[in-house]
Amino acid sequence: MPISRAEVEHVARLARLALSEEELDRFATQLGVILEEADKLGQLATEDVEPTAHAVPMANVWRADVPGPCLPQAAALSTAPEVEQDRFKVPRILEEEA
Amino acid sequence: MSGGVPPQAALADLSAAELAARLAAGELSAVEATEAALERIAATDGRIHAFLTVTAEHALAQARAVDDDRARGAPLGPLAGVPLALKDVLCARGIRTTAGSRILDRYLPPYDATVVARLREAGAVVVGKTNMDEFAMGSSTENSGFGPTRNPWDPGRVPGGSSGGSAAAVAAGHAALGIGTDTGGSIRQPASLCGVVGVKPTYGLVSRYGLIAFASSLDQVGPLTRTVRDAALLVEAIAGHDPLDSTSIDAPAPDLTSGLERGVEGLRIGVVAEFLRGGVQPGVRARVDEALTRLDKLGARLDEVSLPSFEYALSAYYLIAPAECSSNLARYDGVRWGLRAQGAPDVVEMMLRTRSQGFGAEVKRRVMLGTYALSAGYYDAYYGRAQKVRTLVVRDLERAWQERGLDLLVGPTSPTTAFRIGERADDPLAMYLSDVFTVPVNLAGTAAVSIPAGLADEDGLPVGLQLVAPVLGEATMLRAAHALEQDLGFDNRPSQVLARAERAGGRERGDRPGEEATTP
Repeated sequence: MPISRAEVEHVARLARLALSEEELDRFATQLGVILEEADKLGQLATEDVEPTAHAVPMANVWRADVPGPCLPQAAALSTAPEVEQDRFKVPRILEEEA
Repeated sequence: MSGGVPPQAALADLSAAELAARLAAGELSAVEATEAALERIAATDGRIHAFLTVTAEHALAQARAVDDDRARGAPLGPLAGVPLALKDVLCARGIRTTAGSRILDRYLPPYDATVVARLREAGAVVVGKTNMDEFAMGSSTENSGFGPTRNPWDPGRVPGGSSGGSAAAVAAGHAALGIGTDTGGSIRQPASLCGVVGVKPTYGLVSRYGLIAFASSLDQVGPLTRTVRDAALLVEAIAGHDPLDSTSIDAPAPDLTSGLERGVEGLRIGVVAEFLRGGVQPGVRARVDEALTRLDKLGARLDEVSLPSFEYALSAYYLIAPAECSSNLARYDGVRWGLRAQGAPDVVEMMLRTRSQGFGAEVKRRVMLGTYALSAGYYDAYYGRAQKVRTLVVRDLERAWQERGLDLLVGPTSPTTAFRIGERADDPLAMYLSDVFTVPVNLAGTAAVSIPAGLADEDGLPVGLQLVAPVLGEATMLRAAHALEQDLGFDNRPSQVLARAERAGGRERGDRPGEEATTP
């Protein structure tokens, strides 16, 4: 199934990827080829087949409600690109007021 | 060779079981074994590039601790003092862990993966973190953000992937033991291409805690070794229930070594028709046919079996795995770990720039594919349908075990031997076809092993044979693999492999000037 450049741009935005012009063209072609291959799944009669999300059937897995040691705050923050006042720091999230 | 340290080449050729026996007998110290491994890495890894990080100080400190414990008579693990190459996708506290990605170039995990903790308890000495396709996405190790690994049998060829670094490290004698991960064949295919043994355990047998996720319903950790016995020892060391992984099977680690010698007499082995149709290299087919004859002579009962859904497994896999990866890799947002692009005016722009700078082409391709397959309007046609095909694969295998009464299935691991570096780099679909025989096992969550079945006549490169077992069928599977391995007597001693590559390289350079096999 061919995939348009506009669709590639839309999906890239959803996936939080800023693609170059060259990447947009290349992915439009390559994703089209891969999806064409995937279209052959349509040959199989699967209407009445249940989907499998996980090979080993499992219900909810609970642990005992007992407190145990967990990662100290300093260790958790040690991997962050930017930290302020013991918190992860990020660039502006909200629009500036007009 | 009694008394004193054996020469380096001989030490490199020893299996983990042999090394462990010498260490236990006091004929060799853990420090000597570790120093020898580090020297071999220094001598040959410049050419092979199996390692992203060599952990010499950590390794020597751990080796000294093993020797001290032994001197004090303290109890020691079964792998005490044996060098191990760890795929760089498993977190080790305070040791650079990249998953082969620039986005994690300087990541120092604040905790250990359960597998890493268990390896330490078993006494294995991690000598370094090995190269891999970025986030385990690839079949050649060319997708590493840090340059490709070369196949020790022929440096002009890929080692397979994504666990190509661990496979090459074991084949080259850098370490007797290797750890890889297998999402669609990433342990078995590089094992096949490097002439070593690789096991993909049953899903849930080995904890995924601290494993950097690619596709969570498919990922599994397992061994790369030169012998089946070593693989069995290593699975025993890392398997077993882990409360930190909710998908971990709640059962004790299996005993895989004590029944290893029991042979294949009476085992019913299904020859999968779909594994032998078109596209298999003649030299691969010849070695597989030969192995089937040997299994028959050893007393196994061979039976042809058709599993029609297997023809569709690759297409289903290349929707399911990208879908899961697009979700898992959403966490690389430049906030809590890894790279952050500088100078972005707001958080969305920061994420866009960070991910675009940090991810390589194949990771972007799969994130795009997965996002597309999960997006509104396409979910049912792609992801939903792939999940249904996954059910058909599970059912076909159930029929093979239940109705046909088969104990194992057999076929080639990979349709071809090691291909040339660059050969499939620009054609994603050709690269994906490397996994055509391995992905059904991941979709169904069962166990499989690849063992060397000899060399292909046309190129002199290793061929891998795959044995597939039902869920938790590892003991039977490894027993059959061991019987066949003993009968085949394949020579994968690193001293022989490296000498052979040296001769082949020399010939190639002499015959065709200007077209060296080792051109980067």
